[in-house]
Amino acid sequence: MATYSTNEFKSGLKVMLDGDPCSILENEFVKPGKGQAFNRVRLRNLKTNRVWEKTFKSGDSLEAADVMDREMQYLYNDGEFYHFMEPESFEQFQAAAATVGDAALWLKEQDICTIMLYNGVPLGVTPPNFAELEIVETEPGVRGDTATGGTKPARLSTGAVVKVPLFVNQGEIVKCDTRSGEYVSRVKA
Amino acid sequence: MPQVSWQPSASFENLRRRAQILARLRAHFAAGQVLEVETPQLCPATVSDPHLNSLYVPAAGYLQTSPEYAMKRLLAAGSGSIYQIARVFRADEEGRWHNPEFTLLEWYRLGFSLDELIDDVAAVARLALGEVDSVRHRYRDLFRSHLDLDPLSCNISELAAVARRHIDIAFDDADRDTWLELLMSHVIEPRLGNDALCFVVDYPPSQAALARLRVDAEGQQVAARFELYYRGVELANGYHELLDAGEQRRRFAADLREREALGLPAIALDEKLLAALEHGLPDCSGVALGFDRLVMLAVGGDALDEVMAFPGSHR
Repeated sequence: MATYSTNEFKSGLKVMLDGDPCSILENEFVKPGKGQAFNRVRLRNLKTNRVWEKTFKSGDSLEAADVMDREMQYLYNDGEFYHFMEPESFEQFQAAAATVGDAALWLKEQDICTIMLYNGVPLGVTPPNFAELEIVETEPGVRGDTATGGTKPARLSTGAVVKVPLFVNQGEIVKCDTRSGEYVSRVKA
Repeated sequence: MPQVSWQPSASFENLRRRAQILARLRAHFAAGQVLEVETPQLCPATVSDPHLNSLYVPAAGYLQTSPEYAMKRLLAAGSGSIYQIARVFRADEEGRWHNPEFTLLEWYRLGFSLDELIDDVAAVARLALGEVDSVRHRYRDLFRSHLDLDPLSCNISELAAVARRHIDIAFDDADRDTWLELLMSHVIEPRLGNDALCFVVDYPPSQAALARLRVDAEGQQVAARFELYYRGVELANGYHELLDAGEQRRRFAADLREREALGLPAIALDEKLLAALEHGLPDCSGVALGFDRLVMLAVGGDALDEVMAFPGSHR
């Protein structure tokens, strides 16, 4: 596996640190007036999601982590694992609920999402930025009320709960921004 | 057509300020009878400091990391007090406050003690920063007050333990100065010079570089060297210059041994500088000040790209 020196560290680079794959967020070059230079690096541990700061001597290097993002189709959840498929190769991958995390709230079968693979095994799931999901439970709509700007909670088919305008009804499809968890619009069936 | 980003990173307002500060500096030195000089950027020899990485241009020489060696040859030849606004190059130094190519204002005043030079540096800094107070701290006192540690007498394991309490560190090291430099740059420096020019004096003798050694009021040997910090940014490094050619040759040789131990490329010693020192350098103090950083602080900026037209990826 390749190694990267501190002067190659940049945001997004995936490296191994203390046995765990990490993503570099920031790399700051620090040097006293004279003498040894250092790099103060902010990293995210991709297994635990913990973000922390670590200081290296400039010129030190880290092994690259075999981490890659792949676009995959979400197939189904068998109660224990979530199953994904790479659309071109038809290769299938399974990820435990802990790996999928909150992304599960936005995963609809057939949708394309991003799977982060570490040594060929899913390490994280990012849902599409926008998901179109059915409302399975909400208070009845208030006809004609499109102007007051009031909202009410609505439970979606995936289990996510979003705030929707008062005029939106159960059974309707809504478009949501999965990054903010906010309602965007109604989708005409 | 792909989008090509060609615009300067600095505003014209800041570039005009930069030019104005430069003009004021030249007027300051002209009034003080300090001669402006120019020395080569490309030389067959270069700095021996293992922590400075010179760029080598094939069949031409090393791009200089500072004009110090050539300027000392001028001093030995009888130039009198001199200054230079030098473009210098340091490989692998890139960041918010670093650019591999930058401008050093370097000057030498004949017969000046370190204290007199510190006053002159404060005057130069005020040309850019306006009225600002100046304070002085001894290196040893800073470690005592900020870290409850005596940097001159504590052992390496104490240093490492204190460093690990303050900083999450990815390495181990057997070199005492590495730990001192780590604590200085990560813990102490960011707290320096928040409302005044902060001169740090009396460095450990192991960090003397090209400064002479002296004995301080506590009877400890220290380097006659200072650093200037303002708002946590290191601005200048000055020495009461070492005159002893034999001592200089021994320090160069120690640098070369350290370079070898670190697996760094060997470099040729600057025999012309050593010959000049053997001929005799007049008693003087000298300083190198990061001009780009000075302008950055003058405009209230926090990154060099605010005051350099085409730094980093803008080149």
